[in-house]
Amino acid sequence: MMKKWEIKNINNWSWEEHPLGGIIPKAGNASTYPTGGWRSQRPIRDEEKCNDCLLCFIFCPEAAIAATSEKIGEINLHHCKGCGICARECPREAIEMVDETEAQNNERGEKSNV
Amino acid sequence: MKEVKSQMSKPVAVVGTDAVAEAMRQIQPDVVAAYPITPQTAIVEAFSQMVANGEVPTELINVESEHSAMSACIGSAASGARVMTATSSQGLALMWELLYIASGLRLPIIMPNVNRALSAPINIHCDHGDSMGARDSGWIQIFCENAQESYDNTIQAVKIAENSNVLLPVMINLDGFIISHSMEKVEFEPTEKVSKFIGTYEPAYTLLDAQNPVSVGNFDSLGGFYFELKRAQEEAMQNAFPVVEEVGKEFSQLFGREYGLFEPHYLEDAEVALVVAGSAAGTTKHVISQLRQQGLPVGMLKIRLFRPFPAEELRKALKHIPVIGVMDRSLMFAGGQGGPLFSELRSAFYELDNRPSIYSIVYGLGGRDLGPRQIEELLRDFLDGNTPEDICYLGLREGENNQ
Repeated sequence: MMKKWEIKNINNWSWEEHPLGGIIPKAGNASTYPTGGWRSQRPIRDEEKCNDCLLCFIFCPEAAIAATSEKIGEINLHHCKGCGICARECPREAIEMVDETEAQNNERGEKSNV
Repeated sequence: MKEVKSQMSKPVAVVGTDAVAEAMRQIQPDVVAAYPITPQTAIVEAFSQMVANGEVPTELINVESEHSAMSACIGSAASGARVMTATSSQGLALMWELLYIASGLRLPIIMPNVNRALSAPINIHCDHGDSMGARDSGWIQIFCENAQESYDNTIQAVKIAENSNVLLPVMINLDGFIISHSMEKVEFEPTEKVSKFIGTYEPAYTLLDAQNPVSVGNFDSLGGFYFELKRAQEEAMQNAFPVVEEVGKEFSQLFGREYGLFEPHYLEDAEVALVVAGSAAGTTKHVISQLRQQGLPVGMLKIRLFRPFPAEELRKALKHIPVIGVMDRSLMFAGGQGGPLFSELRSAFYELDNRPSIYSIVYGLGGRDLGPRQIEELLRDFLDGNTPEDICYLGLREGENNQ
């Protein structure tokens, strides 16, 4: 009766199909659940100022900043809540918090210009 | 209390709280988290002594409030432990928000509740207002008539709660002072037999299983699955009806004392019947038996299972009786709707074309005594056709010339 737990389908399940007591019987699934929509500010990293000290990677409470081979990678906007801790902690002021709506408008503008 | 070694039950004279504590010792819960002082009753005091004496290996957690007691119970139960606690009146009130979490997470926690009045005014005596207030919190509720039933129902509660079709917490209600503090003869069963009856507990999920990690108490985001889970809880309540009956049957076979959804007494040819829960059922039964000896067509039905409410079975048992009085030891303050038992029982008859006349009798609030003579007068009035026009407040001081 209980379905294989897959969060993206949860809104389609009938009441008989949910796990007992609403437990989540699968670990490490937060990555499949985008929560970045709450963000009102977006971090923008200046790659020229950044020297890959990795402090932002350490401080990010959402593990939204990727680091591979001691280099800072993408900021995962599906999970970044825009708290600004990375910008605050960056010793080289390489991260700037910009208004999310503005950032989205700019993105759209860039796309329409293409 | 010395452990009963033989395979025979052993009659002892104990107060109700000791009877429940002995049941707890025999159940041997993994964890008991409880608030140790007032409004707590002697159940936890007696059980603490058993733990201190090494008579039971339970992890006893003394907490700073009833809110914390139920919180600790929920945490322990979610980790897969068999968990019990006990409470009463204001203590139950302080547990309120956790009651819903225990049932929502489908944790089969067992909790004897000594029914006592809620403030204000301050009153420590028997009243069903505490548990009646929690009637929609998703807990199974069983009412007891005496200390023996309190012992028996506590043991049965484990098997009901842990049934895989149910998995809901159970509250065992016993009347404050009248049962909890009065000494009665109780048959204690051999511990081995009790252990075998309740069996071992296999939790449906556990936080401590690292191979199968689960997360408990999750956020439903925006309208994700709350509605669905509440519907599933209602289904579990429905599933409890046959389980309560089966467990009662099995208990009767093993221990010789009969338990069903409720207990009928002289209902077959009764023209007037009372519906009662708790210790007042004992008094009423006594009066009914006496009046029957005089040839009067009276009967009664004792409520055992109040949640889930066995409406269909109650209807079958009572529909042929023209006049029914429903006795409530609490009020709903709904402006003329009487007590909760009356309200629910009356609505159970709505679909019938020929409905009995059903009257609300509110009695015993804050421990006001209910004597056999009052019940006899009430029954005689009903037989004579002197039925109340409104709610009957039995034992209330009324009028200017009240002497």
